[in-house]
This record gives sequence, C-alpha cells and structure tokens, in this order.
Amino acid sequence: MPNNRPWIPYLLILPSVAFLALLFVVPLVQTIWLAVSDNGMPSPANVQRMMGDLNFTRSVQNTFLLTLAVVPVQIVIALAMGTMVAKVAAGRETILWIWTIPLGISDLAAGLVWLSILQNSGYLNSFLYGLGIIERQASWLSYQTPFALFLGIAAAEIWRGTAIVMVIIVAGLNQVPKEYREAAEIFGAGPWTRFYRITLPLIRPALQSALILRTVLAFEVFAVVYALGGRNFPVLVGEAYNWQNQNQNYGVAAAYAVLIMLISLAATMFYLKAIRVDPERLP
Amino acid sequence: MKHLASLGILASTVLLAATPVLADTVFLSTQLRPIAEATVVREELLKGVQNPVDYVVEEPPQFAVRMEAERQAGAHTISLVGALHGELSPLADKDGLEPLDDVAKALASKGMPQPLLDLGKLGKSSQQYIPWMQATYVMAARKDALQYLPQGADVNKLTYDQLIEWGKKMQEATGQPQIGFPAGPKGLMSRFFQGYFYPSFTGGVVRPFQNADAAAGWEKLKELWAVVNPNSTNYDFMQEPLLAGEVMVAWDHVARLKEAISSEPDQYVVFPAPAGPKGRGYMPVVAGLAVPKGAPDKAGAFAVIEHLTTLDTQLLTAQKVGFFPTLDAKLPTDIDPGVGLLAAAVNATQSSPDALISLLPVGLGDKGGEFNKVYMDSFQRIILQNEAVGDVLKAQGATLAKLMSDTKAPCWAPDAKSDGACPVE
Repeated sequence: MPNNRPWIPYLLILPSVAFLALLFVVPLVQTIWLAVSDNGMPSPANVQRMMGDLNFTRSVQNTFLLTLAVVPVQIVIALAMGTMVAKVAAGRETILWIWTIPLGISDLAAGLVWLSILQNSGYLNSFLYGLGIIERQASWLSYQTPFALFLGIAAAEIWRGTAIVMVIIVAGLNQVPKEYREAAEIFGAGPWTRFYRITLPLIRPALQSALILRTVLAFEVFAVVYALGGRNFPVLVGEAYNWQNQNQNYGVAAAYAVLIMLISLAATMFYLKAIRVDPERLP
Repeated sequence: MKHLASLGILASTVLLAATPVLADTVFLSTQLRPIAEATVVREELLKGVQNPVDYVVEEPPQFAVRMEAERQAGAHTISLVGALHGELSPLADKDGLEPLDDVAKALASKGMPQPLLDLGKLGKSSQQYIPWMQATYVMAARKDALQYLPQGADVNKLTYDQLIEWGKKMQEATGQPQIGFPAGPKGLMSRFFQGYFYPSFTGGVVRPFQNADAAAGWEKLKELWAVVNPNSTNYDFMQEPLLAGEVMVAWDHVARLKEAISSEPDQYVVFPAPAGPKGRGYMPVVAGLAVPKGAPDKAGAFAVIEHLTTLDTQLLTAQKVGFFPTLDAKLPTDIDPGVGLLAAAVNATQSSPDALISLLPVGLGDKGGEFNKVYMDSFQRIILQNEAVGDVLKAQGATLAKLMSDTKAPCWAPDAKSDGACPVE
C-alpha cells in the first residue's frame, strides 16, 4: 500500500518529543545557564569556584579511578557468567533470576547492605574475629584506610552493577547463531579461538550498549559511595549534591552537573567510535 | 449535547475549585521529622487545637526551596512553619514573615524570657518568630568510661586538656580510640566549631577566625583528634555508635543522643562540653514558629502557636521528644529518666560560671551552608589532611571574610558588635 500520509510517523513521535523537550531540554538549558551565570549575567564564577574547591581534584580522580576499576571487571564477570549460563540446560532461568537480584535493589539499599558487612560492628569483622584472625574490630571505611575504603566501594559497585551488564550480554549471546560455532569446531578451532574470533565480534552491539550504559552510570556513582564512604571518598555527583543540599549554592552544583554530563557525553562518543557496529546490525 | 456536557463539567470544576472549603491548617516543620516524633506531634502535641491541623515535615534544604517557590509564585498553602532560628532567618531577610508582636507580648507576660523572645526578632524591629522549643549540645559517656577519668577531673567541669588525657587513658586501656564526634555527612560537626571550639579557645567565632588563639586551638584539636575514633567522619547521630559500643564518650545535639540515653539511662552520664582558655562555649538551639506572609489560614496558625506555647504542651513536648520548654518552667520529676539526664546536663551548661553563649548565625541568608563549609573545610585540611595550620586559616579566613562582606552580616555573640559586616581580624 503506498503511503499517502507521510506525516503519520511524525505525529506518532510528537508526544515523546514534546515530553522530552519539556522535561529534559528545558531543565538542561536552565542548568547550563545556572552554571555559567552569576546574578543573571554570564560569568565563569561558578566554574572557577568549583575548580578551586578543596574536593574538586579528589572527586575527579576518585570518579575516574572507580570507573576504570569497576567497568572492566564488570564486563569480564558478565561475559564469564553469560558464557557459563549458555552451557546450562536445566535451571538456566533460575540461575539468571538469582544473578539479577541486585538489579531490583536501589543504589542506596545496596550501599547499606555493604555497610552492614563492612562497618566496625559488621559481618566481616564478626567473621574475622570468630576465626581469630583479628583481635578487635578493624575499621575498613575510615579516612585512615583509603585503600580498604576504595576496595569496599568498588566491591559494592561491582556487586550492584554487574547484573545489568550480564542481562545485555546474555541477550547478545542469544543472538549468535549456533552454526557458526559448530562450523568453527569442525575446522578445529579451540574454545578460546571460537570465543575471540566468533562470539566477541558477533556480540559487539550488545557489548557497546553495555559499556556505554555502565560507564555513564559509573560516572554518576553516588548512593553506594555516600552510604559507605560519606565525606571520606568525594565523587563528582556527591559534590554536586553537597553544593546543592548542604551549601545551598545552586550555581556550583549546576557546574558539577554540567561537568558530569560532558564527561558522560565524551565517554559515549568514545565507545561509539572505538567499538564500531556494522550499520546493517543496527536496530 | 456533547458540548453542553463538557461545558457543565467545566463549570462544576471551576465552581468546586473556587468554593472556599474548610481546609486544615497546614503546619510545615523541619523539626520532629522522624516518623515516631511526627506521630507524637499529630496525635498528642496538637490534640486540643480546634481546627484540624495537617502536620507536614520537610528536610531543611527542601524546606528552603518550597518556601521560596511559594513566595515567588504567590500561591500559599502553608499557614505555619516550625524551623530552626537559622532556617527562618533567610525567610525574614526576604520579608516573608508576618510580624508577631502581639503574640510575643502575651507570652512575655506568661513567663517566656525576654532574651529568648528577642532572638525571635532576628535582628529586626518586629517579632519574626515565636520560640517554640530549645535544645543544645552536650557530651555523653558510658559509665564504664568514668574509671579512666584523669585524677582530679570533675566530669561537669571538664577542660579540653582533661578530655585529651581521658581519651589517651581510654585508648591505652581498651586499645581503641573511644571518643566520637558527629563529623559524617549529616552530622552537626560544624556547630561544634561555631558554638564550642572557637568560643572556648578564642572567645569569638568570626573575628578571631585566624588569630594566634585560633591557631593554638587547632593544635590542641589535633592532639584531641589523635584519640578520637577515625570512624567519626562517618557518624551522623552519635546515639548509634554509643549504642553499638564503638565509642564510650561522645559530643552531639541532645536530640541525637536521646535514643541511647533513654534506652539505658542507668548506663550513661551526661555533662557539659569541655572548657578552653576563654571559657565553656555553648550554643543554644532554638526552634521557632512563624507565619509566612500570605498564609491562607492565619487564625488557625495563631491558634496552633497559642496551643504549642501553653505550659502543658511545652512540658509534654519535653517529655515526649526531648526538646526543652521555652517558657520558664520546671520539668516534672516523673519525666523519662533519659530526658531528665539530658535536662540536667543542659542546666549544668547554662549555669556553669565560665559558660560562654554562642548564638546561631544571623543575617547570612541562604549562605548558612557556605558558612558551615568554611569551618568544615578547615577541619578537613588541618586535621584530616594534616596541612599547616597557618596556611589553612589564612586561606579559609579570606573565604570567610568574603562571605561576611557579601552577606553584610553583622557580628553576633560572642563576637563583639560590629558596624556593618562582621570583620575577620
């Protein structure tokens, strides 16, 4: 049937466009203006204030460090989990269901779960004390133990965020036709070669989505860090929150928000370029 | 027909919206927020008010945003606000509160102390808020910590040197630092600097920020911090680490110690904060009731104020939530033993001969958060990051001076009065 009403698709996406414009673009423009203005005039004062702040450099470092530590580990774990579950016949659904439990828990709740493990009177100390490894409660989350604190936060983030990566990767793995692997097996390719030469290139779109999603989320990490580290481990979103909530300075908070957005955009662009997906495989 | 029907619906909607309904008096508060306390307010403290009252709570930052939004929009839903002195001050600065002079006059004759009422003027000529309830900060210790108290030290007349000595002995005996401070993200540590540490060591808060007395004080605090539990930077409410046995001695707001002390009153002693070379600094915390300009139900708001400031309600408030009366009143003897302990410590603080009162900041408008940040940043740099005291005080002093000149806030006690913005000397 010839399409004699070409405007219909546009009409159908109009509500969502209007919705985005109203609830996303308008606040976005307002936030950017708030960040680069002072008393209604364009001014770099907020950005300067942000960059001159005591915790600015530390929060940038911590955020990047955490992203670099967490995202690769999550991708590797998710790939391993996805490949493992592919071999399972009975009970596959149950295993997947258990693995995705952290997905249903809010960030802050995940942070509090790990707090109950790692705090002074927490499960870890009780366990170590019970085994006679430590003589008294050890602090893992104080400003005097930055390395342990970092490990604790990274562990909590990995626990919380791996499930979403796994879901995307399992979906990608399901799309890989069995025949390719069987053909490779006939020609004598070992498991590693099959994974590296066939599976990995074919799940590229899934990998790209997972990486973009996880990296952007890692730059926005907040609740877990707030629950475990409080002020001891400043991150970008945490600083934005402090400036907005505690210091009541919306300009500097907006400057942080804009910075986080720019970093997230840059990371997305990087992945779009670095992991190119063939146009015919795009949805 | 269809048109007629929709017209009818429209008309009835407009009529419904325009008809004045007997609405509840909306009472928005930043105090008594936890569910248990809010329930006490709804079910007990507000019982006896004629018109039904809708008690709503809001965290302080959201409170400021909501009040500002209503003021800008000119659409008022809130008839009465209950908030801290410092939270009401930005509203008064924008001329957003009804004058309450008649109410204040009536309360003065009922025995509300005049200095307390004067606080409610927020530096203006008319009464901006009515003092509702008050509290302060005290120290609490588990009784088994008392055996390590240095020889000759009286827990009610403690000095900073003795506190350090005490901390050292406890650490030696137990192997762990046993003193705790609420320096976590939601803790009230900045009030320790403004109301206790600075007044005790320098006799002021803003003027002497970077002088030699302040530098000496910070060196003393470094000594103290060596025996303070390093988890202090995670603590928000000290009742939790006290109950968990992580610390034996703690400093905090009475309401944030109450749960621990009320649950085991025979296990704790409560006493005033230590004194420094210039006296025993302390900060009274006053929560007030105010009526925003444009309030939809002013009469209802006045009725609630009147009810909450009767002697019976004030005593009930102390009994149930541990905030003390603003009327000059004796607490009954059968009060909750934990509240009794706290009240005794508050009394000991106020009546101590070297007491040095430090008021909450006034005139900073919405810069109160940044004022706190100056003290907390100094703490982070000097104590946690071990930077040189002189350099930090110079840098933070410059920030403080700019803040004061931007807001033009005049000095408040214990700093000597100033003409115009309070200077950093």
